[in-house]
Amino acid sequence: MSNRVKTDRIVITAKINGDERTFLADERDSLLEALRERIGLTGAKEGCNNGNCGACAVLLNGVLVNSCCVMAAEIEGAELTTVEGLAGPEGLHPLQQAFLEEAALQCGICTPGFLMASKALLDENPHPTEHDARFWLAGNLCRCTGYDKIIRAVLKAADQMGSNGR
Amino acid sequence: MVSTEKPRQYKVVGTRPIRPDGVDKVTGRAAYGADTKAEGMLFGAVLRSPHAHAIIKSIDTSKAEALPGVKAVVTARDFGAHAGGGVVDLGETRGQANYMQDNVLANHKVLYHGHAVAGVAATDQHIAEDALALIDVQYEVLPFVIDVREAMLDTAPILLDDLRTTVRAANSTLPTDKPTNIALHMSLEKGDLEKGMAEADVIVEREFETGMFHQGYIEPQNATAFWNRDGEITVWTSTQGAFSVRDAMAALCKVPVSKIKIVPMEIGGGFGGKLGVYLEPIAALLSRKTGHPVKLWMTREAVFQATGPTSATYMRVKMGAKRDGTFTGAYAYLAYEAGAFPGSPMGAGAQCAFAPYNIPNQTVEGFDVVINGPKTAAYRAPGAPASEFAVEAVVNELAEQLEIDPIELRLRNASKEGTPNTVGQPFPRIGAVEVMDAMKSHPHYASELTGEDVGRGVAVGFWFNGGMESSSSAAVNSDGTVSLILGSTDIGGSRASLAMQLAETLGLTMDDVKPQVVDTDSVGWTHVTGGSRTTFAGGWVAYELGMQIREQMRERAAQIWEVDADKVTYGDDGAIHGPDSKTMSFAELSGQLAATGGRIAVSASLTKNTQGPAYAGHIVDLKVDRDTGKVEILRYTAIQDVGTAIHPSYVEGQIQGGVAQGIGMALNEEYIYDDEGRLRNGSFLDYRMPVANDLPMIDTVLIEVPNPGHPYGVRGVGEVPIVPPMAAIQQAIYDAIGTRFYVTPISPRRILEETMPD
Repeated sequence: MSNRVKTDRIVITAKINGDERTFLADERDSLLEALRERIGLTGAKEGCNNGNCGACAVLLNGVLVNSCCVMAAEIEGAELTTVEGLAGPEGLHPLQQAFLEEAALQCGICTPGFLMASKALLDENPHPTEHDARFWLAGNLCRCTGYDKIIRAVLKAADQMGSNGR
Repeated sequence: MVSTEKPRQYKVVGTRPIRPDGVDKVTGRAAYGADTKAEGMLFGAVLRSPHAHAIIKSIDTSKAEALPGVKAVVTARDFGAHAGGGVVDLGETRGQANYMQDNVLANHKVLYHGHAVAGVAATDQHIAEDALALIDVQYEVLPFVIDVREAMLDTAPILLDDLRTTVRAANSTLPTDKPTNIALHMSLEKGDLEKGMAEADVIVEREFETGMFHQGYIEPQNATAFWNRDGEITVWTSTQGAFSVRDAMAALCKVPVSKIKIVPMEIGGGFGGKLGVYLEPIAALLSRKTGHPVKLWMTREAVFQATGPTSATYMRVKMGAKRDGTFTGAYAYLAYEAGAFPGSPMGAGAQCAFAPYNIPNQTVEGFDVVINGPKTAAYRAPGAPASEFAVEAVVNELAEQLEIDPIELRLRNASKEGTPNTVGQPFPRIGAVEVMDAMKSHPHYASELTGEDVGRGVAVGFWFNGGMESSSSAAVNSDGTVSLILGSTDIGGSRASLAMQLAETLGLTMDDVKPQVVDTDSVGWTHVTGGSRTTFAGGWVAYELGMQIREQMRERAAQIWEVDADKVTYGDDGAIHGPDSKTMSFAELSGQLAATGGRIAVSASLTKNTQGPAYAGHIVDLKVDRDTGKVEILRYTAIQDVGTAIHPSYVEGQIQGGVAQGIGMALNEEYIYDDEGRLRNGSFLDYRMPVANDLPMIDTVLIEVPNPGHPYGVRGVGEVPIVPPMAAIQQAIYDAIGTRFYVTPISPRRILEETMPD
């Protein structure tokens, strides 16, 4: 029997957090698997691998997706933002700062997904109500906080971004 | 020790600084267990049983081993000798080594759907998963039992041939030398139950069942292990207890603890579910066989099938009261399922059941019963939510029958300092009365509730909050900061709460203390992060470290000033003061340490066998939709004696998180098994945990009755908030639609069976 490992490797090029990256992935890789194990961006977390917890949320061409439900091959030529790309050279994103100030994380495993989902919310709706935020974030599970402080952090960041025009 | 009821003035304690590990956690840089990478690392996968109960007749791994890219397959045989019956201390629970080994990899028999049978290591994750399908396991399927009451019957299928008890279920005729599923029977008696019941004017007796609930941490179990050629084992894992993992590894792999180093990675939730070992030994065996580091992580389905959950229960509670509301007697029968191996939290459930009340005559009888389900694990106040649900529901019915306000009834019977608990020991200073008073006077309780099918409920809860063993060290840096080395893994903010207590002791700021969680080779033995012990016991250690540093700084200043040490004081402002108005700041002296005799480093290990009992009281308003069975939580207020809130934001967060989990237990969450004993809802889609739009803001009221048995009055806060929700919600649903449910979760299906019986 041949000792050769069967591989179905594909070359993918995409703009990830502002930089063009070319990487090798297995054609069976989900985007989440490729990010974590091929590219080394482990900020997106695997909580369920079937789109029900949101811990792996990223922005694909500006659209919020669960990266476990996207094939790596699908991002060829696309623009991707992960939690690692949220803070700019000027510092933390207001959402990140608000999450810290409001104690909106305990264990922190869901935080990258909540931050990305919240960014997508504020991109679409800069002035969400509590009700808006709760429904938008219903695809992200947090088991530590009871959501209270997460919702407060998102509304606070929205306020601050609104007042300084970001 | 510090024992004061006066409110103390603190500078750091009670403030809300940003946590030291915060930036890494909002930027994606924090390294959790599954983020581990090691040179030459292989990827693993685990084959699990499709049956609830079966004999493993044979396992043929040859085809899997022949798959290119597969480096090794392991089964229970790779453990070599069977672990003995030694006990591994898991903090909130204990495990018997041979059972732990059989749970990690099934030996001879599989005992539940999802029980691990074999592990594979391969050069790629997909190859490891492909290899699982090539492992040929022949099973002889056996009858199974999942319900706790059925498992206690003489006719029930027996899981473990070596299990014996002298006490049987009622009506049993089985001789006691025959195997049983009852692992333990326990009876706690105080006073004279018969006398107590005879004195009662009103007696309420009810039966209850609670479902099997999972901790639901978002991060699946994971482990990366490297078994080096010199026999040294390193394991990187997300765990609540690095040292309990080390002890368990030593017992299961039969190597001395000194050969094992556990590196606790950031942990994505645990709630008691990450005290023991699951993947760690499999990863180690695979590493020994391949010579490579091996990384394993669980699928979500495996997490549901094979880890957690808490015990499903069957309970009976009977309570008697005089017309004036005085409780005269109480009886509880608690049957807790343990999962496939002994060790449910029934004992804690039994001790918590009547703890809120001073009841002179009481008996609690408990059973620990094995069933064909995953071995239960601790889950936030393990054992207490079930038993206290039953008791609180009965208390609410008593209140109705006695026509006494339910909070007033509780107040009339509340445990106080000196009240003997269920095992006869007097309570220390506790805040049960303060909590109940605060419930009664809270505007929520006085507010008017309007609308159709809306209702209000109240309940209280109790948890011990243990102490146990903690170790830390600290070093003074030349810039006036202090490095704090912690043995406790940080599951939700303990770096912050422990650093704050050291800063307070030294009169420094939070920014001056640099906490770090380290591996098991780098700090003394430390118990698990669980039982709400970490901020309590770890904080005590931080205080001791601070006192040692204060003393040494004082001596050093005396030496520099050439005065007697007793002429030098360490001020609460963090400055060192000598005669003739001599003074030096902490930072100034820190800078001189190296040149004046050497730098200062201290360590402390403390075992605190004391408790900081906590009480919680909850008020909930809700609305029942009769057409869908859905319950909407309209308003929730959680009042709790927190001792001293070190970091109030994280105290509030613990309470809010506990309430949310309790709401999940009350309304939606439950394991559903099919007719063949297979778990049908092992996903976050079908195991329905509360999401953001299921909940309102959760108001918290922090009552601070300082724990006299702690330098900063800490009680521990994380466990008790999960206790009251089930009973409070059960009562509120009754208030809304007039039906009392005695089975949780009170799911839409159960409500519809009442509101739309046809």
